[in-house]
Amino acid sequence: MPDTIKTQVIRIIAEQAVVEPEDVRMDQTLDDLGIDSLGLVESIFAIEEAFDIQVPFNANDPSASDFDISSVAAIIGAVEGLVADQKA
Amino acid sequence: MKRVVITGAGTINALGKSVPATLEAMREGRCGIGPLDIRDVDRLSVRIGGQVLDYDPEDHFNRQQIVLYDRFTQFTLLAAKEAIAQSGLVFEGDLAAHAGVVLGTAGGGVTTWDDNYRAVYEEGKNRVHPFVVPKLMNNASASHLSMEYNLKGPTFTVATACSSSNHAMGQAFHMIRSGMTRAMVTGGSESMLCFGGVKAWEGLRVMSKDACRPFSLGRNGMVQGEGAGIFVFEEYDHARARGAEILAEVVGFAMTSDASDIVMPSKQGAARAIGAAMADARLNPEDVGYVNAHGTGTAANDKTECAAVADVFGHHADDLMISSTKSMHGHVIGGTGAVELLACIMALRDGVIAPTIGYEEPDPECALDVVPNEAREAKVDAVLSNAFAFGGLNAVLALRRA
Repeated sequence: MPDTIKTQVIRIIAEQAVVEPEDVRMDQTLDDLGIDSLGLVESIFAIEEAFDIQVPFNANDPSASDFDISSVAAIIGAVEGLVADQKA
Repeated sequence: MKRVVITGAGTINALGKSVPATLEAMREGRCGIGPLDIRDVDRLSVRIGGQVLDYDPEDHFNRQQIVLYDRFTQFTLLAAKEAIAQSGLVFEGDLAAHAGVVLGTAGGGVTTWDDNYRAVYEEGKNRVHPFVVPKLMNNASASHLSMEYNLKGPTFTVATACSSSNHAMGQAFHMIRSGMTRAMVTGGSESMLCFGGVKAWEGLRVMSKDACRPFSLGRNGMVQGEGAGIFVFEEYDHARARGAEILAEVVGFAMTSDASDIVMPSKQGAARAIGAAMADARLNPEDVGYVNAHGTGTAANDKTECAAVADVFGHHADDLMISSTKSMHGHVIGGTGAVELLACIMALRDGVIAPTIGYEEPDPECALDVVPNEAREAKVDAVLSNAFAFGGLNAVLALRRA
């Protein structure tokens, strides 16, 4: 089965959280997963590299960024949006 | 214990190529931050900085010097020339044998690394210039300074990221105070406004794309600067005996480690450094009129720094002025404490408090008098200069009016 955006993002998040991908739940926050601000910046870097996209994110005010990081599902949705924009 | 005074100051930075030019810009609240003029800037997402513009090394150095002097060394030597000339000191005999150089730099010859990586990786060359190593090493600036002025005492470079020059000046202060030497040349220098230098910072996602607005609500990060600040520290009686003009007295210094996180600042670590510097200087909270803040313009630093200052100063925090000149010259990284010490000297000598420019709206988490946008006249007797580095390393200097 080819990798979907969802499975790739989950794999990146799981690697940061040091858990197995199947243990990552869609409703979890990064906080739930024990990912701190450095882990977040590293995850975003990994996402940019994996999908060749630019993620609009400033660590000074994560909530003001256009990129929704409120849950695993939100991050996947945001990445799907960015990948679709890139193809458009 | 010996008393320690400053008898010479020199600088080059985005605000000016001398101390008078820099202080004039600080008084006027001028901004030295603008579009970066560097190679491959179009491949950067952060394209502003406090760059030293209209600068040609050939106006100051010959060809043989330029092949050995990275930009951070050039800045050091230009600032040192101004400082040592002002001090009037000539280093010879016993004075020269004990006087040395302690400088701060975080990255050393970053431009030299950048240029030569390009040559071997991008351009595929298999040979680099023979002087790449002596040009890029962190101690190159301290060594050239010692050679240029015959300074034969303790000479080394301190690298503690954004606290480097405060740590360096603290060492020089301790050496004179303990009687090891009667004079030291000290300060710091940084020049990492090149493609690789800015790209590395970009990765951390703490850089602003438009302006450095310390303490202001809606601030969105730091802006990198470049330059040098160099000072002559001298034993008080030695300076008095030769009738030297005293710019300020260095009365205290303290350093702490947060021992907690590699990038997130700690209120406790900062507060312990501020409190210990005041204790070392025998200053009470009400003695201190001005604090030159670390004030990087990041969300994390500014609120943590304000909380630390409020903790240490208690009620007096409301009567205290605290400003960040990084809003004007950018964050000079390993040289920043040295450039910012100029604002401290201006406060003590001229009674002018440099402003925090770019200030838009009060942030309830930074509820101190940050001297927004316009310089202020005020007589102050004692000041502090904060530096809090990545790695959790804090260094605070205390100065008194001469």
